[in-house]
Amino acid sequence: MSSTAEIQSGLAEILEEVAGVAPADATPEKSFTEDLDVDSLSMVEIATAVEDKFGVAIPDDELGGIKTVGDAISFIEKNNG
Amino acid sequence: MPVNTTDVVVTGLGATTPLGADVASTWDALLAGRSGVTRITDEWIQPFPAQLVARLAQEPSEKIDRVRSRRLDRSQQVGVVAAEEAWADSGAGEAGYDPLRIAVVIGTGIGGAMTLLGQDDILEEKGPKRVSPFTIPMLMPNGPAAAVGLAIGARGGVHAPVSACASGAEAIRWGLDMLRLDRADVVLVGGAEACVHPLPMAGFASMRAMSTRNDDPEHASRPFDAGRDGFVLAEGAACLVLEREDAAKARGATVYGKVAGAGATSDGYDLVAPHPEGEGAQRAIGAALRDAGMSASDIGHVNAHATSTPVGDVAEAAAILGAVGDHAAVTATKSQTGHLLGAAGALESVFCLLALRDQVVPGTANIEQLDEAPAVQKLDIVRGAPRKATFSAAVNDSFGFGGHNIALVFTRA
Repeated sequence: MSSTAEIQSGLAEILEEVAGVAPADATPEKSFTEDLDVDSLSMVEIATAVEDKFGVAIPDDELGGIKTVGDAISFIEKNNG
Repeated sequence: MPVNTTDVVVTGLGATTPLGADVASTWDALLAGRSGVTRITDEWIQPFPAQLVARLAQEPSEKIDRVRSRRLDRSQQVGVVAAEEAWADSGAGEAGYDPLRIAVVIGTGIGGAMTLLGQDDILEEKGPKRVSPFTIPMLMPNGPAAAVGLAIGARGGVHAPVSACASGAEAIRWGLDMLRLDRADVVLVGGAEACVHPLPMAGFASMRAMSTRNDDPEHASRPFDAGRDGFVLAEGAACLVLEREDAAKARGATVYGKVAGAGATSDGYDLVAPHPEGEGAQRAIGAALRDAGMSASDIGHVNAHATSTPVGDVAEAAAILGAVGDHAAVTATKSQTGHLLGAAGALESVFCLLALRDQVVPGTANIEQLDEAPAVQKLDIVRGAPRKATFSAAVNDSFGFGGHNIALVFTRA
């Protein structure tokens, strides 16, 4: 079970690796598409990386509902451990 | 159909090759007689009969950032590197062209083989869910053209001719047609290839198409030499920016030369073997000359396709002799670059334009004993050092598995 801070920093690492987002920019209020320029294919890569890092699978029908970094953190928190 | 009769000129060049990271360094290395060929030392090559390759002088990652690179197959990366050089060189991006009138034509012979094969490994090892969502846009053969179209903001059409080792030359012909048919105002054309991977290496080797002179890399690619035994696989890309002469002049662009004419034919003979007398190749060169409104005597230089295969070089010599005659200075630059497959015709067209500009014909390396075939003997093949010459028109010809023949005529600015 990871803390919210651990999840946020882990997600920031993934965003930097996959989409080149600076870790400081990966804050909860940021929209993946609007603010961070993460496209739909990159979201699929991020979902795979989240599964590897946190052991949390994001089903396709849930992935579309994850709009912000905060949404992703909440989903991971709710479903891990 | 509107037809624009204004001549088509070349205003920008770009390349990333085994000889250099850009056009200038590639041209310097070519004229200096340097070879881009090396022997692969990786463990996987051990059972392979042909172990030679001409790798890029500079990795594309030196010019494309990491995040962008990971979404681009290597064939797309080299295409983008060459295209961005050509586009910047031309100044067309700052010339106020309407994006709806900017087009791209980039060919490839093999396409995203590295991605296809790499992702197949992942599929086998980790299952379908681990296959990258970028697999399809990275492996598709229009990938290099599409990536370049995005890079320069082309919205007037992005096209990707696929005709094996004639693809790069065919792209130039398409670009010429687009400008003549008034379908665009500026067209970035070229070829991109990067498939140094065990499977293509094994496939070409099984065709007995590759040189097995493993102990002597620099001398392995030896077009027109009696001892030639196949081509050396190379990777890289080359691009040219084409515009109409009146528009280029109006904006004060630097003009390298004209694309004066193009010819395309097919052999209708065999899927991979060239017609022994180069019949289709000869018709392509003849068609290009007619298209340019020129005669054989106008041609001072031919950059031959000459890949260093036993059959291909002799058939091409017959074609050149038949269509151009024995007066033109012929060279085979694959002796130094290796064979860039779908990028070869574009790179050799760049060489033709630089040869016209500098009035010099690059030499053909590694001819120790000229092939005894009468057609080869009759041609004026420039051997060894480059030759200063006075000429106003040059031909590049390119052929591909499938019986594709493309010939292009370039003239001096």
